[in-house]
Amino acid sequence: MMRDLLAGTGLSAWVLPALLTWPVVGAALVLLLAVPRADDADGADGADVISGGRDTTADTIRTPRVLATAVLIGEAVLALGLWTIFDPTAATWQARFDLPWIPAWGARISLGVDGLSLVMVMLTALLMPVAVIGSWRSVRERPASYYALLLALTTGIMGVFVARDLLFFYLCWELVLIPMYFMIGISGTGERSAASLQYFIVATLGSLLMLAAIVALWSAAGQHGFDIDQTIAAARGAMSFSEQRWLFLGFFAALAIKSAYFPLHSWLPAAQRSAPTSAAVALGIKVGTYGMIRFALPLFPAAALDPTLRITIIGVAVAGILYGALVASVQPDLRRLASYASVSHLGFVVLGIFALTAESLQGAMLVMLSHGISLGALFVLAGILEDRTGTSALDRFGGLARTLPVFAVAMVVVALSALGLPGTNGFVGEFLVLLGAFRNFPGLTLIATVGVILAAVYLLGALQRVLFTARREPSAEVPDGESRTMRVADLDARELTALAAFTVAIVWLGVAPAPVLRRMEGPVRRIVDQVQSGAMPRAVTAALAPSRPRPLVP
Amino acid sequence: MNGTLTGFSTAALLPDLVVGVGALLLLLWSAARRDDDIDASRGAALGVVGVCAAALVAVVLLATGRVVPAPVPGIATDGFRWGIDAVILVGAALSALLAGDDARGRGMAQPEAFALVLLSVSGMLLLAAARDLILVFLGIELMSIPVYVLAGINRRSARSAEAALKYFLLGAFSTAFLLYGVALIYGATGATDVDAIAQAVAGAPGALPPVVLWLGIGAVMVGLGFKVGAVPFHMWTPDVYEGAPTPYTAFMAAGVKAAAFAAFARVLVEGMGGEVERWHPMLWWIAVVTMFGGNLVALTQRSVKRMLAYSSIAHAGYLLVAIVSNSALGSSALVFYLAAYTFATVGAFAVVQALGGTPEGDAIERWNGLFRVRPQLAVAMAVFMLALLGFPIAGGMGFFAKWYVLQAALAPVAPQLPQSRIAILLVLASVISAGYYLNIVARMFMRGRDADAPPVAPAPAWTRVVIGTCAVVLLVLGVYPTPAVQAAQSAALRPAMRTRGNRTVSAPSTAVSHLARGIRDSSVAVLP
Repeated sequence: MMRDLLAGTGLSAWVLPALLTWPVVGAALVLLLAVPRADDADGADGADVISGGRDTTADTIRTPRVLATAVLIGEAVLALGLWTIFDPTAATWQARFDLPWIPAWGARISLGVDGLSLVMVMLTALLMPVAVIGSWRSVRERPASYYALLLALTTGIMGVFVARDLLFFYLCWELVLIPMYFMIGISGTGERSAASLQYFIVATLGSLLMLAAIVALWSAAGQHGFDIDQTIAAARGAMSFSEQRWLFLGFFAALAIKSAYFPLHSWLPAAQRSAPTSAAVALGIKVGTYGMIRFALPLFPAAALDPTLRITIIGVAVAGILYGALVASVQPDLRRLASYASVSHLGFVVLGIFALTAESLQGAMLVMLSHGISLGALFVLAGILEDRTGTSALDRFGGLARTLPVFAVAMVVVALSALGLPGTNGFVGEFLVLLGAFRNFPGLTLIATVGVILAAVYLLGALQRVLFTARREPSAEVPDGESRTMRVADLDARELTALAAFTVAIVWLGVAPAPVLRRMEGPVRRIVDQVQSGAMPRAVTAALAPSRPRPLVP
Repeated sequence: MNGTLTGFSTAALLPDLVVGVGALLLLLWSAARRDDDIDASRGAALGVVGVCAAALVAVVLLATGRVVPAPVPGIATDGFRWGIDAVILVGAALSALLAGDDARGRGMAQPEAFALVLLSVSGMLLLAAARDLILVFLGIELMSIPVYVLAGINRRSARSAEAALKYFLLGAFSTAFLLYGVALIYGATGATDVDAIAQAVAGAPGALPPVVLWLGIGAVMVGLGFKVGAVPFHMWTPDVYEGAPTPYTAFMAAGVKAAAFAAFARVLVEGMGGEVERWHPMLWWIAVVTMFGGNLVALTQRSVKRMLAYSSIAHAGYLLVAIVSNSALGSSALVFYLAAYTFATVGAFAVVQALGGTPEGDAIERWNGLFRVRPQLAVAMAVFMLALLGFPIAGGMGFFAKWYVLQAALAPVAPQLPQSRIAILLVLASVISAGYYLNIVARMFMRGRDADAPPVAPAPAWTRVVIGTCAVVLLVLGVYPTPAVQAAQSAALRPAMRTRGNRTVSAPSTAVSHLARGIRDSSVAVLP
């Protein structure tokens, strides 16, 4: 009924472009309305930084924040509309939008969602407003530019998920990078400049390799265009195995770096340490692994099925699960713990993707979802502690269960979901990954299972230190540590709203994941089929590969 | 209105004539100004803009076929020329606006300088048109000699004089190489006309003394390599860029480079395309060394102008990659890249000027916290830096420029010359360049203003116009590049090629080249 009503408005024709343009419009509004008229440009330093008059400061922070929240809620409403009109039984692209862009190269602004994109779009659209509401007070420096950039970032992330054109995908992919760079660099804390630079340079290295691969792929596919389905079909016969492998590695470099695949992860803890809370949450939306499923697998099936490459990728992923978990268990800081937990979770995602069964791919998608939710919630919790005490170091807290009961409940729920307790979202995904991967890679899957146990170790350890251990004596170097902990107030209404939303998502996905799974099933099967049908026996590929004369140029 | 002019005998040189006449008129006008009239510079700058605009109209009329020129031997009338002309004229007009503000700011009345700008522009236009090595030489000289003077135009600055002298000495040295190369090529092929050379190269493989031809190509490459600032012929670039007044640095970085690259592409791709195996390895290495040399040294610079100088060297390397690909696609990429590079680099130098540099004052520390005092300048500079880096959206057109060059680089030159390595090297060099471009961005946005930093005066009006224009053009064409791509596609050269076994030249289809082939003997006779 609701569906017919929305379909009657022609929603499917404009909802995707609206999802992309609405946040940009919002960003422009935030900048226009919130920046105080800086006529006195020479003295503009204090314009939106805290200094002096309390009232003006509150105003300059509040306006962009409220506006950005409103825009993000609008985005979420649009996404809910998309969810409503989406036909869960069809495995094809829906709500398609197509516009010529650069005819000379065949590039089009071509958008569409299938079940996989839909799920990620929903995650982004719902997570971003909750993250902003849950970290209401965490951005103090330059709030107008911060929230404008956050909105631009939302467009970039959405674009990655709905792009059907490789060139447009690449533009959105890089659009994620720029706002994040400035958000960390301008509004972050600590070593923000170094952290943002590291993030940018490492990500650019990967992105440019992917760009070169896209150019080569476009040439190999006949230079007709960048449509993903046509490129998959056209590139299949046009490339030798060795070409496929090189181009696959170009894509994989970018995607793996952006998703903080061990051992390319070191930028992530640095960035999430320095980033304001909502930016750290946004970093947990895994555009990289989505790109692996959407692009790297179906475009380069022979490379993805190559036993050597596959076992290497999966082996390193499993190593990453254990490494992330072990390093997380010795982190002295809640944020860094969450970052390494993220590295560990990412290992499960990659394991699920390259195990290449329908179950494991669905599991990988679910882990991406619940990773965004659970670790996002963990960052919000860390941010709440930081807002109150200026730190999220674990040993600065203790016995919070008594002083902050509501906070404690929320943290327990979040930690349990992050460690994959049955009945929470974390369990379903990891279970499906392990189930699906066990068929193809039993040994590595068993090792990966250890990661689940280690997750319990580090998360329960953190819970115990923060919530239940008796409060520490004030240490000599931080004489007021004790009193600061005591003065802390429990959750306010906004934080409570955000964490309640997280809890609902955690329980809902844990108890009834069927609506999500059903929507992903068709596309997942299609991708598995595409990859399996593109397999080339090695002997044949060796014969097919043209033997080239040695180049003159080294 | 919609009638086309045909057979108009001087039409092929219309833009050049407009600029040349404009230069002479401007010279007369400036002779009539009083020495203490400090507004004369701005008037003259407006004159340059007007002349460039008029010439641009002529270029557009010619490029769109409204005016069909009668063929002139040795003068190209192809899309490549119109594309390069447009880039040169826009770059010159923007630099002239900067120079107007600059001269006024220094309280010097130098309207003559603007006549020199126009004279140099006419040399650049000649270079873009030249299909004859003698004309290339004339174009280089006509372009360079006024620029030597412009580099030293700030007569109160010793560094400016030093820059002028260095540029002059090394420029003369490189011209000698070029001339020597022209002579050797003439000796080997009996021609100075590009088509005649292409035919000679393709037609009679056994008859040519290969060493002489090889030496000739090498010497021409050295001569042009100096002009575009390719490693290892780049030594003059940082000193000259740093010492020259900033507007003329922008003029050199944009216009001189575009014109020299046009000649480079024409001689190598159109003339020697059939001999690609002979020059390809050498140019391949020059391109690689230039990309890495420029970027690595730029990382270590403490002066923003020097950093931009090394960055321009690195960009010469990327542009050489487009030439190395020896294809129509490569020449389209060259034009597109030069357009994007012109807007980005002129914009960047405009911001440098807006910051008000004393000669030793463009230290990188002065950029700290710029966002807090001059947010618009900082945002514009970030756009220019990201455009030079080749980053999409925020860097606008710069991304598509890099995309275009990559596209050209990945197309195989010849079956035996695979190109994928140079594409990967280009990518890696670009990653290195992120180190210094982002250094500026990070300083502007992520640091506080130093306590002892000098105040930044509001930029003069024209400088603001230049900065705004460059940023807006880059951003708009970064989202919707289609018009620029179409223009670049029509600005392709036709490389001389050999078919397998049987060597033939692909027939150039412009009226001029047909004629030029017909009168090859007479054009050869130009030389003695």
